[in-house]
Amino acid sequence: MSNVLPNLKYSKEHEWIEVIGDNKVRIGITDYAQHSLGDIVFVELPGVGDLAEADESMGTVESVKAVSDVYSPVSGEVLEVNEALEDDPEIVNNDPYGEGWMAIIALSDPSQLDGLLTAEQYEALIQEEE
Amino acid sequence: MTNTGEKAIIFELSKPGRVASNLPALDVPDVDVASLLPAGFRREVPAELPEVSELQLMRHYTELSNRNHGVDSGFYPLGSCTMKYNPKVNEDVARFPGFSQIHPYQQEETVQGALQLLYELQEDLAEITGMDGVTLQPAAGAHGEWTGLMLIRAYHASRGEQRTKVIVPDSAHGTNPASAAVAGFDIVTVASNAEGYVDIEALRQVVGSDTAALMLTNPNTLGIFEKDILEITKIVHEAGGLVYYDGANANAILGKVRPGDMGFDVVHLNLHKTFSTPHGGGGPGSGPVGVKQELLPFLPVPVIVKKGDIYGLETNRPQSIGQVKAYYGNFGVNVRAYTYIRTMGPEGLRLVSEYAVLNANYMMRQLAPYYDVPCPQICKHEFVLSGRRQKKQGVRTLDIAKRLLDFGYHPPTIYFPLIVEECLMIEPTETESKETLDEFINVMIQIAKEAEETPEIVQDAPHNTVVSRLDEVTAARKPVLRYTKE
Repeated sequence: MSNVLPNLKYSKEHEWIEVIGDNKVRIGITDYAQHSLGDIVFVELPGVGDLAEADESMGTVESVKAVSDVYSPVSGEVLEVNEALEDDPEIVNNDPYGEGWMAIIALSDPSQLDGLLTAEQYEALIQEEE
Repeated sequence: MTNTGEKAIIFELSKPGRVASNLPALDVPDVDVASLLPAGFRREVPAELPEVSELQLMRHYTELSNRNHGVDSGFYPLGSCTMKYNPKVNEDVARFPGFSQIHPYQQEETVQGALQLLYELQEDLAEITGMDGVTLQPAAGAHGEWTGLMLIRAYHASRGEQRTKVIVPDSAHGTNPASAAVAGFDIVTVASNAEGYVDIEALRQVVGSDTAALMLTNPNTLGIFEKDILEITKIVHEAGGLVYYDGANANAILGKVRPGDMGFDVVHLNLHKTFSTPHGGGGPGSGPVGVKQELLPFLPVPVIVKKGDIYGLETNRPQSIGQVKAYYGNFGVNVRAYTYIRTMGPEGLRLVSEYAVLNANYMMRQLAPYYDVPCPQICKHEFVLSGRRQKKQGVRTLDIAKRLLDFGYHPPTIYFPLIVEECLMIEPTETESKETLDEFINVMIQIAKEAEETPEIVQDAPHNTVVSRLDEVTAARKPVLRYTKE
């Protein structure tokens, strides 16, 4: 059973979003996502300063099975990316909600957070998929 | 059990002084290399080439070649790849001196036969696809896609239109969005509906004045025929876009239905799939592109033309996108495809599709009680299974594929199309006998039973291969790409 943390928000594309300050969020992929992908062998992240757009691709994760887009759940400027993933992509498998975070984004439209899923809603979504 | 049938590489067999060659005595004056090459270009230490006897050399490579799996050695139901048997007459014809010993820079009047073959192959492929003109230059499928998209770009540009978006279904071959991106387009994905068809309403939502093209495979990657294809192409045409046919699945439609009649404007074919030229191991491939009338002026140059009874190469085409491959494509491969088409004839090609579709449906029905079938309607030349049921026993599709190796099969395509969970995509092709199909079906049933009763046998497979399961993760994360001598 995949782990879903209660204090995070989620997207239908299996990203998690943590509000970490005024209009600032940290983003990664969920435990369910890393489990479905299998062993991740490569992570491509956006550049710092790039403008992410909600529901558009901001990077890719590659596993031995497939290459998948990482969709940005919100719009805004990319403030930081987790460069450690470039050398050690397995961190995403080992700790998707912690050390495996992908980017920190300054929200350009904080109301987008309201459109995201709660932990309960996300849990229902993955139960449906399983 | 961990099998370790790893073989020494040729460098490790080396013993100083052994030679596999026996050169004749020098019959020209011996010249000191130092007098020919400046010091900066000369080796200071000899190249460490392997030193082995001729017999060692023969045994080494013969053993390695015996470890290959090809259609000539066993069943190869790799979905979307059409691993059919390649008749050996194709090889004979490609070796005719008139084809194998000519040079691309020879004067046109001295290679009329070769030019005639290329011209007639273009005509045949145009007839098969319902197109008005064909270029044989693209070296393989994805190259054909890119060429086709560049033609579409040139077409819109010539009409003063800025169209930036290419629409692809979520079941598309990965090369479709990749080729469109390389050709400079933005990609828009359109969803499939629950039955596996393009969602017509979703398509209506995304087409517009910025639509350059829709790329589609028909039958699609789920192996089912897009029955609303005429409506689909109409929707795109009404928005001013063109429709591109990915010919990877053309083995299902030969002599039955033509992309041109379905409303497609541009099509590529994979001769190494549908037309029985070598496939895998570098092929090389061949990915001709056919177009409708409006796109003819943009075809790559040189264009092979016929004037009276004389064949020639035409380069003066001001609107052409230019040359996309050195010379005229992979000529030897095109000779093989031509041989195949002329050997089969129109009736033969029709039977290819009939048998390919029959074989796939037979296999799907036989396996339906044992595996989930996400699209249960009649399939075309291939079908998909889902390993959902087996996953509940802890057996993944990857494990099923590995277990098939124990029985001497090349596994089907797995985890594609991406929209089917734990997907297995099986394409038996028309060239397999019923006995071969039944043997494979029985093995698949046995594996389904093992997944329930003794899952560890499947999870630990393969057991009978030269090496057991490879560490694909480390190979991808930390690849060793170069041999270094210890």
